[in-house]
Amino acid sequence: MKAQRILALTKKELKKTIREPAVLFMIFLFPIVFVFAFGASFGGAGSSQAVYNIGVVNADSSGSNPASSQLLLNALIDTKILNLQVYADNQTAQTDLSQGKIQAVMVIPSSFSQSLTSYQAAPNNPAQWINATISLYLDKGSLVATQAVPPIIQKTLTAVAGQNQQAPASPFHLETASLVEVNAPSALDFIAPGMFTFASIFLIMMVGQSFAQDRENGMMKRIRITPTTPTEFMASQVISYMGIALIQAALVFVMTYALGFKPDVGVPAYAFAFILVLVFSLSNVGFGLITATIAKSPGAATGISFLFVLPQLFLGTFVGASLSSGAQVAGKFVPSYYVTDALTSLFLRGAALTSPTILLDFVAVSVSCVAILAVGIMLYARYYKI
Amino acid sequence: MNESAIVIEHLSKKYQDVNALDDLSLQVAKGELFGLLGPNGAGKTTTINILCGLLKPSSGDAKICGYDVQKDPAKVKELIGVCIQETAIYPYLTGAENVDLFGNLHAMDKAALNNRRVLLLKKLGLSEDAKRRAGKYSGGMKRRLSLILALIHDPQIAFLDEPTVAMDPQSRHAVWDFLKELKKENKTLILTTHYMEEAEELCDRVGIIDHGKLIALGTPQELISQNKVKNLEEVFIKLTGRNIREES
Repeated sequence: MKAQRILALTKKELKKTIREPAVLFMIFLFPIVFVFAFGASFGGAGSSQAVYNIGVVNADSSGSNPASSQLLLNALIDTKILNLQVYADNQTAQTDLSQGKIQAVMVIPSSFSQSLTSYQAAPNNPAQWINATISLYLDKGSLVATQAVPPIIQKTLTAVAGQNQQAPASPFHLETASLVEVNAPSALDFIAPGMFTFASIFLIMMVGQSFAQDRENGMMKRIRITPTTPTEFMASQVISYMGIALIQAALVFVMTYALGFKPDVGVPAYAFAFILVLVFSLSNVGFGLITATIAKSPGAATGISFLFVLPQLFLGTFVGASLSSGAQVAGKFVPSYYVTDALTSLFLRGAALTSPTILLDFVAVSVSCVAILAVGIMLYARYYKI
Repeated sequence: MNESAIVIEHLSKKYQDVNALDDLSLQVAKGELFGLLGPNGAGKTTTINILCGLLKPSSGDAKICGYDVQKDPAKVKELIGVCIQETAIYPYLTGAENVDLFGNLHAMDKAALNNRRVLLLKKLGLSEDAKRRAGKYSGGMKRRLSLILALIHDPQIAFLDEPTVAMDPQSRHAVWDFLKELKKENKTLILTTHYMEEAEELCDRVGIIDHGKLIALGTPQELISQNKVKNLEEVFIKLTGRNIREES
């Protein structure tokens, strides 16, 4: 394998990206413009009827009247919107929250039963009440959860206490602990991880078009006549498109950073994000090769590429967060889902690089992307010589 | 005959029920400019594609400078240059960048590549346009650039598949002069063309193939004399029953 050939072909591919206006637009400008438009459209909370998984740490259960907190939990279950998962301690619950396994953690204090009893004994005499603070930690990676969960709990709490909806005060204070610590997240914070994934997806179209075009105008044939080996050729293509994906991710990062997306993570987390996007680009090259195998012309490649672009886009990026629960399950079959999930855990939930969720996402992305690339190369080589 | 550069023995290529090549045997000597003539679909491009390693023959053997095209394709690719029928260039690269790309694909040394690029661009009249995007070139300029891409690595053997098609007379004569120079450098050239006067002017020997079979072989003068006609075009019409221009 000669580096000289790989470098020459890689340079050629990058020059194409810069010099062809259509390619330049599709690779760099379109994702940015599209992200802005979509970001604006999805700025508000979704109206999904999804069920939220809530972790419960019930300190009150060891108190004198555990049935009171159980009343609250039963009422929350009856809402059919919340799925409760009881944890023995807050630390375990926080670990699961940081990895996206649950959307919120509710900590019921030991004084809850006493507080409820005091309120019910003298509902109109606040001086007799024993105050209790229910801490609520929310998944900062879920726009819908942060906006939907607190009102549901507050409303249920009010109902359990038998409190008049219009009552000006109660002994219960619901404190959204995690959101108190940071500024309120914007819509951009929620869609930014998906943006990193989104930008690279359009490589599918470019790879499909490029291969179909080079085949149609005889360039593939011309290259095959040279001593260039199939391995050298494919290596140059993979390197080129990984480089383009890196530039795309950098552009999206700069853009989102300028707009205010400043996650509180260190350099290793950013480095990991770029590595993840690089690995993800392999699947897009693979899907592009499958597109080029099916397509008879560059025009056909454009159309066929959407068979792969749309599922990756709608099921695996920021778009998917507002889809139905069924669509979100379907998302688990596309690599982009795991990239977005890992980046969300990393940037928004504050999960550690070594946490199981991040590692599992990385393994899922790596295995699926390498497999898709291998299938793409094999299919293309089977029907068209490289 | 001198030492053979190309040896083809009983070469056949079948596409389902169609015989694109039917038991073709042929030898081309080193330093020879050989014309491969025939109507469209006669098997010329199929022959060249097999010799370049782009196609596998159904049966038979072909050797380039003693190397089997099927068994030693890598060695063969180092020895040959091919100007394919399509005007295959990268339109978004300049003429010089296209040349450099293919020089690098042949793993040429940087200094040698620079010298060769300057020389070929000058000989084929593209020096002044070397820094322009190739997509902006005229049809004739693109064909000349295509020829340079085939010859940048100074191959021992060049397959030129209709290199002057769609060229204006000036460009065509520039290419003819260039091919004559290559012949003087003892390069072996295989030329397919639809222009009989081109074959008559340039080729040491010509082979006419039709329906995949070699139906005539010799120098242009021998064929003209044997068939008692005035020129090679009349030989072609007499042997194939078709006018080559009508075929194109």
